[in-house]
Amino acid sequence: MAQPKTIVEKIWEQHQVHQEEGKPDLLYIDLHLIHEVTSPQAFEGLRMKGRTVRRPDRTFATMDHNVPTINQLVVNDPISKKQMETLKSNCDEFGIPLADITHPDQGIVHVIGPELGLTQPGKTIVCGDSHTSTHGAFGALAFGIGTSEVEHVLATQTLWQAPPKTLNVKVNGKLGTGVTAKDLILAIIGKYGVRFGTGYVIEYTGAAIRNLTMEERMTVCNMSIEAGARAGLITPDDTTFDYLRDRRHAPKGADFDRAVEEWRALATDEGAEYDATVEINADQVEPQVTWGTNPGMCIPISANVPDPASKEKPGEKDEISRALDYMGLEANQPISSVSVEHVFIGSCTNSRLGDLRKAAGVVRGKKVNPNVTALVVPGSKTVKAEAEKEGLDVIFKQAGFQWREAGCSMCLAMNDDVIPPGERCASTSNRNFEGRQGNGARTHLVSPEMAAAAAVEGRFVDVRTFTAQPVQS
Amino acid sequence: MEPIRTHKGVVTPLNRANVDTDQIIPKQFLKRIERQGFGQFLFYHWRFDDDGIPRKDFVLNEDKYENSTILVAGDNFGCGSSREHAPWSLEDYGFKVIIAPSFADIFYNNCVKNGILPVELKEDEVETLLKKGAEQIYSITVDLENQSVRDDQGFEASFSIPGYHKEMLLNGWDDISITLTLEEKITQFEQGA
Ligand code: SF4
Repeated sequence: MAQPKTIVEKIWEQHQVHQEEGKPDLLYIDLHLIHEVTSPQAFEGLRMKGRTVRRPDRTFATMDHNVPTINQLVVNDPISKKQMETLKSNCDEFGIPLADITHPDQGIVHVIGPELGLTQPGKTIVCGDSHTSTHGAFGALAFGIGTSEVEHVLATQTLWQAPPKTLNVKVNGKLGTGVTAKDLILAIIGKYGVRFGTGYVIEYTGAAIRNLTMEERMTVCNMSIEAGARAGLITPDDTTFDYLRDRRHAPKGADFDRAVEEWRALATDEGAEYDATVEINADQVEPQVTWGTNPGMCIPISANVPDPASKEKPGEKDEISRALDYMGLEANQPISSVSVEHVFIGSCTNSRLGDLRKAAGVVRGKKVNPNVTALVVPGSKTVKAEAEKEGLDVIFKQAGFQWREAGCSMCLAMNDDVIPPGERCASTSNRNFEGRQGNGARTHLVSPEMAAAAAVEGRFVDVRTFTAQPVQS
Repeated sequence: MEPIRTHKGVVTPLNRANVDTDQIIPKQFLKRIERQGFGQFLFYHWRFDDDGIPRKDFVLNEDKYENSTILVAGDNFGCGSSREHAPWSLEDYGFKVIIAPSFADIFYNNCVKNGILPVELKEDEVETLLKKGAEQIYSITVDLENQSVRDDQGFEASFSIPGYHKEMLLNGWDDISITLTLEEKITQFEQGA
């Protein structure tokens, strides 16, 4: 029998264009996604050297990072405007399909790729954005690249890549009620740290992963990069195929059935070996809240903020002290005593229909605390339209949330959606770095349900104590 | 890109771990469509207060590091966002070499593509450099050809770097032109797929 292989090895082998002793492999790229912030210098580079885009048909662009979310057509910031116009003219010049702000498909690049069926199992997918790992939820090998690499892919449809090591993150058991995929990935990063995945591609396996919906799998894979891994993926199964069937860019009819056969064959073989394995039990995961300035600094809602005095290593002491200082928290303070002024439900981690349904279930019939400004920013125009069809917008608005247009928004605050210095936000996004949501802003990462509950209470609470009223389609 | 062989320069000690690219170049400066001119925004919120006045307690603002070309930092340097604006700003500011116990993957690649040499040394070696760099105007020599770092006070350390990256940096190569020599193979691959 042939040597058993992991899904990562299989995809890798299917995409090797060229191999040479002492060099990385030249890997073919099936799909290249583009947005306005990390592409202008790449196009400029092509023009300067008289090069062109090799496969505009394998390239797809959208605008997300700095689009306004109140009225998308009114871009107040002239530099943002210039960046979006530059993307448009670059796409026109090189014949690249673009979902710009006037287009019904527009949205966060990692939300629309899957939504349109562009993201498929077994593909190699890159984008000048580190959360490209999201697409791994479909069993694709997807990772973020820098602008020079964007230029390289535009010009050659390939990338030089050293074969990655593989890391099996096995999640046993089952997530409890009110505990989400977001809590799971935060708990994993909290337990193993923000660099345990560096140099690896993570494959998430185990019963708890199999039980997740596609949207939940995307939430998990999205945050692989916060564990240091450029890519994280999940072997595709019926959940994956059901999601993809009838999507616009997915194969149709008999072609689809044939594709499913091929996709099934990607599954990691019995007995295949990983370079490393970690295990975690989903039963024990509680709703999580980050207290510090990287995603590994997170604790269960029932816990207290850590005390630097309890740490032995001076480096660790300093890191915690500096984070507490930035976050305006006291050592040993219960995280449930922390109040928030802002709530942001959105970002490529948690802005899909399922996320919005669950958050709406928590706030239905309740009111946003008067001290809180709360925002819902759907991940795409499609998500927004579907949510409105179900009346989720009405539930949110009646509760006192603002209902916005699609984009990255407060995830990185490049548009007008910014948290003022010193103010605190419960956010469903993926990064709680210093200044991420605005200079001096204090970010706490949580699930959509936890964010919704924090909006109502004005502080962090265990959403499991809430009487949620499920909103279903 | 300018080739790097050996580089001698003054060390700036940035004694922090997990320095993310949001800190290296905050997002409000990502809106430019050029590659140049990002150095002025490097570590912006650490370097300047809210009124744009340099913070006295931040290492880059100390006189003795003014002409430094080697940044030494803690573990997991360059984590977070893939923005290549991070190496662009470091390079534009004047850094040629960055030394840390470890780097985030995307950032490491981005450095090499922009002619910055990322050097991974052992934790205790980095600590020595951080300490000496904080005490004095401290020059070291980074020798890419021999993969070593040394000072003239007896410090000597070696580092590893993937061969391909080394070659690119030594020659100042643009890898697109290398890849385009393989165009026929790419076409064959596409036809077979
Ligand atoms: S939502 Fe946030 S993390 Fe996701 S692509 Fe946009 S800015 Fe990046």
